[in-house]
Amino acid sequence: MLRTLTALLLCLSFVTIAHAQSADAPAPDRSATGGAQTLDDILARQRGEVVADDLGTGATGDDVPNVGHLQPLGGASDPDLWRALKHGTADVTASNNGPAATTLFQDGGMWWLEFRKGPLITYGSLLLGGTILLLLVFYLIRGRIRIDGTKTGRKIERFKAVERFGHWLLSGSFILLGLTGLVTLMGRKVIIPTFGHEAFAALAAPSKWIHNNVSWAFMIALVMVFVMWVYHNLPHRSDINWLLKGGGIFSKGHPPAKKFNAGQKLIFWSVIVLGTSISVSGLALLFPFEINLFGATFDKLNSWGISGAMGLGELPATLAPHEEMQYAQLWHAIVSFVLMAIILAHIYIGTLGMEGAYDAMGSGEVEEQWAREHHSLWVEEVEAKAKTPTESATPAE
Amino acid sequence: MKAMLAALTAIVVIAVGSNLILNEAGFSSQDRGSGPSVRLDD
Repeated sequence: MLRTLTALLLCLSFVTIAHAQSADAPAPDRSATGGAQTLDDILARQRGEVVADDLGTGATGDDVPNVGHLQPLGGASDPDLWRALKHGTADVTASNNGPAATTLFQDGGMWWLEFRKGPLITYGSLLLGGTILLLLVFYLIRGRIRIDGTKTGRKIERFKAVERFGHWLLSGSFILLGLTGLVTLMGRKVIIPTFGHEAFAALAAPSKWIHNNVSWAFMIALVMVFVMWVYHNLPHRSDINWLLKGGGIFSKGHPPAKKFNAGQKLIFWSVIVLGTSISVSGLALLFPFEINLFGATFDKLNSWGISGAMGLGELPATLAPHEEMQYAQLWHAIVSFVLMAIILAHIYIGTLGMEGAYDAMGSGEVEEQWAREHHSLWVEEVEAKAKTPTESATPAE
Repeated sequence: MKAMLAALTAIVVIAVGSNLILNEAGFSSQDRGSGPSVRLDD
């Protein structure tokens, strides 16, 4: 993940380095072309040298009188028009009413395309594959974490039906979104070369529909889970001990924990923070060009000096609408890869990795001995509550 | 198990419902990204 992020930031820094280089170079004499590019510029570009891209920015024909007999272009020449289009100064009208319809040029597409099909897919796949491999190795070394003591046969209610509903809404939608997201991302690079265009088309259309529409279930469930469990996931002093003992994974005995141990709290906050970030960037993608997140964010990072402190230089704060979408797509995918890796570990420990854990989300009732071993403080709370007469049981005055 | 089945059903209902609502509310790509002089249907 860190390398992926570094690569993304590296790409950004190239852009700024290129600008810096072009600014430092002595300006050659371009008076013969009115400030536009010269033959030397063209030859330099062909040699692969960096050439300033703002040549002739102002030479867009505005100073030429519109002579009637030069119709249809009047005094404006084709190069003037293309230059104006390139620099975003042309008066463009479009027949469609999309927010980005009049942006005919944007030059941030190629590095995005290269990054998307290169490092993003490569490191994303390595992250998921590596996580699965690690879990496999962990299983082979540690095996299934068994209930140490004798089972009592008594059950304690751990999650109510509505809590389990919220959890399955979140997990079901996340798995669907993860799979369809991978199909969308891997289409051109993996699925088309392997299975052909026809197969991908049959897969891509329903994947897009599912990804776009199931996203709402994920967002609703994210809010549900946050509201239901945030109280139990606030930090507690027992978390420090739990973390210091590594959750007791490699040792005998279990560190005491409340309803959620520190590991579960980390999962919870990962889901909330990363899930929210994925949701927001997903909304930006779901309503194209309506929600622009990155120009403003880069502007803030620049003004707070964070980008400078990280050695990234000035980040591009003025982005074409399409560049906003490109950054949103990359961010959406990168954060999703991280959350998928975390959730793979969560699924493992909740099913195969630990005896008795699945019941919490299956039936909602867990074996008392399991609860005592893994959540001793929570069991004490439940027992104390059971002994205390509830208010409703108190006779009315 | 009941909660899981109910949630999976809810996912289908929410997905179909949101698709219907967004299309009806004029949020389809066609509605948002084209004008009267763009013909996509015929």
